[in-house]
Amino acid sequence: MAKAFQKIFTEITAITKATCSLKAEGVGNDELATVNGKLAQVVKIMGDEVTLQVFQGTEGIPTNAEVVFLGKAPSLKVSDQLAGRFFNAYGDPIDGGPAVEGEEVEIGGPSVNPVRRKQPSELIATGIAGIDLNNTLVSGQKIPFFADPDQPYNQVMANVALRAQVDKIILGGMGLTNDDYLYFKNVFANAGVLDRIVSFVNTTENPAVERLLIPDMALAAAEYFAVQKHQKVLVLLTDMTLYADALAIVSNRMDQIPSKDSMPGSLYSDLAKIYEKAVQFPEEAGGGSITIIAVTTLSGGDITHAIPDNTGYITEGQLYLRRDSDIGKVIVDPFRSLSRLKQLVAGKKTREDHPQVMNAAVRLYADAANAKTKMENGFDLTDYDNRCLDFAKEYSNRILAIDVNINTTEMLDIAWELFATYFKPEEVNIKQALVDKYWKK
Amino acid sequence: MTQGKVKGIIANLVTVAVDGPVSQNEIAYISVGANATKLMAEVIKVTGENVYVQVFESTRGLKVGDNVEFTGHMLEVTLGPGLLSRNYDGLQNDLDKLTGVFLKRGEYNFPLDKEKLWKFEPIAKVGDQVEAAAWLGEVDENHQPHKIMVPFVMEGTYTVKSIVAAGEYKIEDTIAVLTDQEGNDHNVTMVQKWPVKKAILAYKSKPRPFKLLETGVRTIDTANPICEGGTGFIPGPFGTGKTVLQHAISKQAEADIVIIAACGERANEVVETFTEFPELDDPHTGRKLMERTIIIANTSNMPVASREASVYTSMTIAEYYRSMGLRVLLMADSTSRWAQALREMSNRMEELPGQDAFPMDLSAIIGAFYARAGYVYLNNGKTGSVTFLGTVSPAGGNLKEPVTEGTKKVARCFYALEQARADHKRYPAVNPIDSYSKYIEYPEFAEYISGLIDDKWIGKVVEMKTYLQRGKEIQEQINILGDDGVPVDYHEEFWKSEVIDFVILQQDAFDKIDAVCPLERQRYMLDLVMGICHSDYNFDNFLDVIDYFKRIINLCKQMNYSEFHSEDFENYQKKLNELLAEKQIKA
Repeated sequence: MAKAFQKIFTEITAITKATCSLKAEGVGNDELATVNGKLAQVVKIMGDEVTLQVFQGTEGIPTNAEVVFLGKAPSLKVSDQLAGRFFNAYGDPIDGGPAVEGEEVEIGGPSVNPVRRKQPSELIATGIAGIDLNNTLVSGQKIPFFADPDQPYNQVMANVALRAQVDKIILGGMGLTNDDYLYFKNVFANAGVLDRIVSFVNTTENPAVERLLIPDMALAAAEYFAVQKHQKVLVLLTDMTLYADALAIVSNRMDQIPSKDSMPGSLYSDLAKIYEKAVQFPEEAGGGSITIIAVTTLSGGDITHAIPDNTGYITEGQLYLRRDSDIGKVIVDPFRSLSRLKQLVAGKKTREDHPQVMNAAVRLYADAANAKTKMENGFDLTDYDNRCLDFAKEYSNRILAIDVNINTTEMLDIAWELFATYFKPEEVNIKQALVDKYWKK
Repeated sequence: MTQGKVKGIIANLVTVAVDGPVSQNEIAYISVGANATKLMAEVIKVTGENVYVQVFESTRGLKVGDNVEFTGHMLEVTLGPGLLSRNYDGLQNDLDKLTGVFLKRGEYNFPLDKEKLWKFEPIAKVGDQVEAAAWLGEVDENHQPHKIMVPFVMEGTYTVKSIVAAGEYKIEDTIAVLTDQEGNDHNVTMVQKWPVKKAILAYKSKPRPFKLLETGVRTIDTANPICEGGTGFIPGPFGTGKTVLQHAISKQAEADIVIIAACGERANEVVETFTEFPELDDPHTGRKLMERTIIIANTSNMPVASREASVYTSMTIAEYYRSMGLRVLLMADSTSRWAQALREMSNRMEELPGQDAFPMDLSAIIGAFYARAGYVYLNNGKTGSVTFLGTVSPAGGNLKEPVTEGTKKVARCFYALEQARADHKRYPAVNPIDSYSKYIEYPEFAEYISGLIDDKWIGKVVEMKTYLQRGKEIQEQINILGDDGVPVDYHEEFWKSEVIDFVILQQDAFDKIDAVCPLERQRYMLDLVMGICHSDYNFDNFLDVIDYFKRIINLCKQMNYSEFHSEDFENYQKKLNELLAEKQIKA
């Protein structure tokens, strides 16, 4: 591993579960090193004492371990050869194929100048009405699923990835179970789209701290395709909660004072650096884009935990899945889900009535929820309440369920049909001009 | 100047050994890498021989022994004509002048145009006695009277020795020579510098704000008005329409200068501002809104230390324009991100943490910042104002957290965005009962508003709030007792509060007409709605009540969507009158 001119250090002065320290000089911040062959990165320098974060963990590292500094920050070789390949957190192939040749770029590179970005304006259709109608996705957006670990988020995400009209899909798997890893691999292979997909995978079998490299690796590859090849890239990151947990482990080992929920004080900036790689480039810069769909698993639906809370402030909305017991299906929850960029395309790239229909339907669905509470508390229901409940059931089944696969115009037509079936125009509260045009008589 | 060498590095906190004196908050440049790229940094702590600086950029590759040069001054902004319609980062670098798609570290630029000629008109005359912030002359900056002032750093009284004649000058040309009391001459140009963390105090007095700042948003102007020079804050759990509300205010408010500080927020939101503002017509001048706007953008992925600086940079620019006798609206989104930047640094310096790991003096820092806003009488008797609206992003929507609590102590208006309202698409999702404006209690404000609208206005507003409060109480009773468990009157009263909610409080920010509601129209609608509330109606049962009021709401909403006093508007008004006549009991 060590080249002739590289100096080898052999005196480790301190070892924790995730870090080790040694006396060394001429070392740069963020620089990579190997400790007895294990990859590590400089996280702190104080005088001649250097602290390294060892990605694989420090098990078995002796006090006389050989430390070699590599003189560079973590990097990835990028080229079209990335397509169709599976890599580990270091960017080394795990599919038995050859190493990728190409330009070596540092991962975790600089941010895009905000004035050089373009406002996202391209709709990403998924066929899932709970997303396309109520929470339309836009290229250049970043949005997570907030889901409990038992929900089928990986399946929904795989569906979205396959249906979305994009040039490349980059999967960043952090702490994926081996089963989920194989699931993604099979789904992509069966759909015959493997050549559009690049995967960086850290499974639960790999060391936790390695996960810290996954998002930056995936996004370095995404930036290559979006910036240099002007492609539309979709990045899937699952599961970001496990990423944040790994951050907490390292900060804990470095004796940093934890802030909320034992997370490092810099959690917001750390997550923002990843999510803000989502971008739509203007035509002058080739028109490529990076869209990020992530998963943040929750503990018992608790969104006040530091990870989902900070995420919610960074991402452009969030999607929730929920099992609707009335229809026995998983739906995209219309109350809590939100795509903040939807107004950039709703009614502009879709039919004019989209925004109002979307809001009216959700409002009626909320009235149904109130009616349901009334019913559960043993009160008599009004005629309106009953109509809302019937509406809600059909709306849930035909629009919100995740097994729906139709285009937005069909979604809107179904909504108008449901309005006309259950309500009078004045109960729907939509602009008169739209009612005149679309109300199904 | 003092020199130093890097001794230690943890993320963007760098320890430096120095060879001379340094001062707290002094700016230094650290050379990194083979090209000796210079990274800007600020002194934040000194212990013994260790000087701690926070670097405004990534410290990747920085090594022990790298050179550090200290500059002898604090973080400053450059003030002069040409600030308007620019997009700066938190350190006042002109983002449009930076090359490349990605931000390169160590690339800094001069924030103004040194070559542009400005048409200067002198105001002061030779022999005039002047002091800091006195107006020497004026240039036309995008149709705003940009005053050229005696630099704020000049203490004491000076005599104008000479001043250039009207004509075209560059910002660095000497436009006046001032003589101090010792007889020394000082050349004054159109550009000056000021350290961002110090308030500009060159004014005579700062009275309590009393003038309504019209925003065209009914839930603000009617229900909880903010004053020119006032302070307010908007907390919002994410997804409650905070940004939409903030944009609406900045587009519509009666201000001369709008400064938007995008502090640690999403880049796509900033892009929305960058994209939309140049397109927006200014309702007050008929030109473009961007002409009188400055955007300070430090998005969440940009370096955390310059995020902290960005709010101060924005405030200092706001104070500069206030000194010219202009009305400045400063919006910062979000002050929680600023507080988090403070927390990150405090954490790295291993300070003992306060609540939620924020620094102990957080509430004092927030208080001192809000105190820089205000309506002022300048030394020449003219007035100027900085109205400050900040957003907070409370963790998990819990308002009992240090940033919200610290802000609540100092901000005079509170616009409580509420998740439940947002879930029901009742936008703007400002809770009418929890929100408040302290200004409505000021006698100065009451006097002002009597002159502007009428002396019954505040009474009507208070009455409207009482209806809302009562409506909420009744709703809770109905939820407990059931629709049949309360008298029909209760339903009537509840639905009157719903009329207020739907017609006055709710407003469609995406509808061309409803988005902006001028004061005259707000007055008309409030009178209309209060008229509906004051009447008694004949109902047989609660179902009739619900059905009837839904029809009323629908007609009123259609009025909100129609041009004021247009044919459509009057038609809906007529239909509404007919509908009211059906059930109203004549007094």
